[in-house]
Amino acid sequence: MSTVLNTNTEEARAGSPTSSAARTRGFGSRLRRLNIPAGMGGWLWLAIIIIPVYYVVITSLKTQEGYFGQNPLALPTSPTLENYQLVIEANFARYFMNSAIVTIGAVAPAVLISFMASFAIVRGSGRFLKLVNGMFLMGLAIPLQATIIPIYLMIIRLNLYDSLLALILPSIAFAIPLTVLILSNFIRDVPNELFESMRLDGCSEWQIMWRLALPLTRPAIVTVAIYNGLHVWNGFLLPLVLTQSPDLRVLPLALWTFQGEYSVNIPAVLASVMLSTLPILVLYVVGRRQLLSGLTAGFSK
Amino acid sequence: MSNTVSTSPRTAVTRGESLQTEKRKAALAWLTVPALFFFLVFAVVPLAGVFILSFANWDGIGSIGVAGMDNWLAVLADPGLYNALGLTFLIMIASWLVQTPISLLLGVFTAGSQRYRAALAVLYFLPLLLSSAAVAIAFKALLDPNFGLATGLGLPFLAQDWLGVPHLALGLVIFVIAWQFVPFHTLIYQGGVRQIPKSLYEAAEIDGAGTIKQFFHITLPQLKYTIITSSTLMVVGSLTYFDLIFVLTGGGPGNSTRILALDMYLRGFRANLMGPASVIAVILVVIGLALALLLQRLGGKDKHGSQLEGL
Repeated sequence: MSTVLNTNTEEARAGSPTSSAARTRGFGSRLRRLNIPAGMGGWLWLAIIIIPVYYVVITSLKTQEGYFGQNPLALPTSPTLENYQLVIEANFARYFMNSAIVTIGAVAPAVLISFMASFAIVRGSGRFLKLVNGMFLMGLAIPLQATIIPIYLMIIRLNLYDSLLALILPSIAFAIPLTVLILSNFIRDVPNELFESMRLDGCSEWQIMWRLALPLTRPAIVTVAIYNGLHVWNGFLLPLVLTQSPDLRVLPLALWTFQGEYSVNIPAVLASVMLSTLPILVLYVVGRRQLLSGLTAGFSK
Repeated sequence: MSNTVSTSPRTAVTRGESLQTEKRKAALAWLTVPALFFFLVFAVVPLAGVFILSFANWDGIGSIGVAGMDNWLAVLADPGLYNALGLTFLIMIASWLVQTPISLLLGVFTAGSQRYRAALAVLYFLPLLLSSAAVAIAFKALLDPNFGLATGLGLPFLAQDWLGVPHLALGLVIFVIAWQFVPFHTLIYQGGVRQIPKSLYEAAEIDGAGTIKQFFHITLPQLKYTIITSSTLMVVGSLTYFDLIFVLTGGGPGNSTRILALDMYLRGFRANLMGPASVIAVILVVIGLALALLLQRLGGKDKHGSQLEGL
């Protein structure tokens, strides 16, 4: 590898002083030099990631006989959708709806009220707003799971135990700190002149917020909505602790109980895994870039 | 208002305006009320509640009584706490040691310009789409000694009783956590690498620095803040691996994967001892805050200034 390294450096050294085009080629060769070991590592990691995914996909399409008879990594000889049918008949549409209601019910208000708070924190001033901002920042370090017992107590006392609202309310609260952080960083980047010109046109702050800040903040709003949406969609502890009736299960909880009930029918269990992931997979195929930037929620900035 | 502008001297205008601006700015505080309400009720109050409940007797259904220091004394004298604490830190450190180098290298790798790397990255990020419950269930099936990976690949050493032997279960938990979370951190590092000014590498090329030298003298130092961000999320996040471990091992075999968060859940919602469970919760909060502060301290403050130094 060191010889490859040296020749490439020679190339780059010879090329760089002449023109900027050659310089970019030099930069490309820097990356190319890592090729062999990096490529090997890259493909190895791909195998680690893809084999479990592949296993889930093919097994979910196998019959019970196929599962017991075939090589586990072989493609199904007679692919079937009967596992999916079984899962759908096990009330999965209901669980799907529950997950959708909880996710939308939590994320939409969380983003809306966080946006209003962020606008105030950026545009306003005074001790009170500083205090509020500081409190939200502190909230970033609180692990949600540690507050589950008092939340359980409160939900019981509010007569909300075993309802979807019980999942929505705490989810809203826990989405706020990060959402406010990201949205306020974004609003801060809006040029002040834009706000000023609207203000000189006689607009109230309320109008400025909806007509100027909201449209300009749209990319960040999509980002945080995706991030929070995935967290709520995949959340497990709140539904586990705060609901009880089978009819109110959300998908992760349904997966878990399904796995307990159908432990002998692995293809069906894996079909349920596939079905619960499908909407997010569709989102990934349709808007990968936005989904990925939403996933890190601006941490990579 | 337009009258004032045209008739009064400039200084008076600004003073009048700034007073008005002050008012406007203070009035904006109302906009934080809805968010503040939710946050106070469902985050701040529970946080206070967990401290209070750690001094209470409650079985989760009946009435709440006063326990004084009993819960604390009982939990602190319980070897189960130290087992859970030890496991939590072990999994935290092991996860950091496994995930950081892999995510960093994959981040650098996927930030490269080659087409195939972008294609691989699309697949790398697939685990991000799965819930912890789904990941745990998939791995349980995958590790079946007869109908899983061991038979599929013809590798008999994979046919272990992964969930039945303590050290194997622990290793498995660390591996599955890495499988699920390395993609997230790869994404963070990829973003970090892409922000390193290309001119730094060009200068290094001119100076004849090799790839490895460039990695250690440019990439790594330039990623300092990315490493701190990723490590903070990894370390604080490791306190909340509850759902994955709960579905994968349930804390077992025995108590060999019973981390703090799981210990809290099992004490509270299975053994119906909400008081002692709240003690564990308080310990979790304290550890979380301490770690976040510590890592913040390590990171220093002047993020942007130092990231651009050397330009």
